[in-house]
Amino acid sequence: MRVSVQEQAFDAGAELTAFSAGHSDIGAVVTFTGIVRDLADDPMDAMEIEHYPGMTEKAIIAMVEDAKARFALGDVLVIHRHGRLQPGDVIMMVATAARHRKDAFEAATFLMDYLKSRAPFWKREISATGAAWVAATEEDETALSRW
Amino acid sequence: MDVLYFAWVRERIGLPREVIETTAATVADLVAELRAREERYAVAFEDLSALRVALDQELADFDAPLAGVREVAFFPPMTGG
Repeated sequence: MRVSVQEQAFDAGAELTAFSAGHSDIGAVVTFTGIVRDLADDPMDAMEIEHYPGMTEKAIIAMVEDAKARFALGDVLVIHRHGRLQPGDVIMMVATAARHRKDAFEAATFLMDYLKSRAPFWKREISATGAAWVAATEEDETALSRW
Repeated sequence: MDVLYFAWVRERIGLPREVIETTAATVADLVAELRAREERYAVAFEDLSALRVALDQELADFDAPLAGVREVAFFPPMTGG
C-alpha cells in the first residue's frame, strides 16, 4: 500500500508503470485519475484544495484497509493533492491491483466513493466572479450506501 | 482542548484553530458554548446538519462525549476525489 497526500504534481503514467511492475501474481490493475474540471460558463482561475493534515492520511489508510478486507487485493496506491491547482491538472489517482479484474474494479470504485465524501478535503473554485466552496451532493452520500 | 476549523467554518469564525478551556460534556454542549460566545460562532454553527465533527481525527457524532478528547475539528461535508 502507498498513500501520499501531497502538494506537488505527479506523473500518473509513471506512477501506474511503477505500481504495475514486479507482480507476477497480479492479473488486473485498475486506475482512476481525477482531473480539475473547468466550470461550464465561468472559466476557473484555480481550484484550491484544503485538507486536514494528520487526519487525511489516517482516513485514507483506514479506507484502504477496509477495501483490503472486502476485496481480494494485491496492492493499492492512493495519491491526492492539495493546494492550488489549475483546470486540467491531475488532482488524484487511485490504483488497485488484484488477481482478478472484478476485485480491482470494485475496490477502485469503493475507494473513490469513500475518498469523495469521507476523506477530509474541501475544494474551492476561484473564478473572475469570485470564490465558492464546492458543495457535497446527495449523490455522493447515496454512493456510499451500496457498500 | 484544541479546536480546529476548516473550509467555510474557518472563514466564518476567522481563525484555523484555537485552544478552548471547556467543561462541555458532549460536542453539542461545546457547540452551544461557542454559539453563545459571539455572532461569528453563531453564524458558523447555525445549521448543524451542514457540519461534520471529528474527535482526535476520527469522524464522530454531535452527541459524542468529549471526555479524554484532545482535538476537536469542525468542517463542512468533505469534497475530495
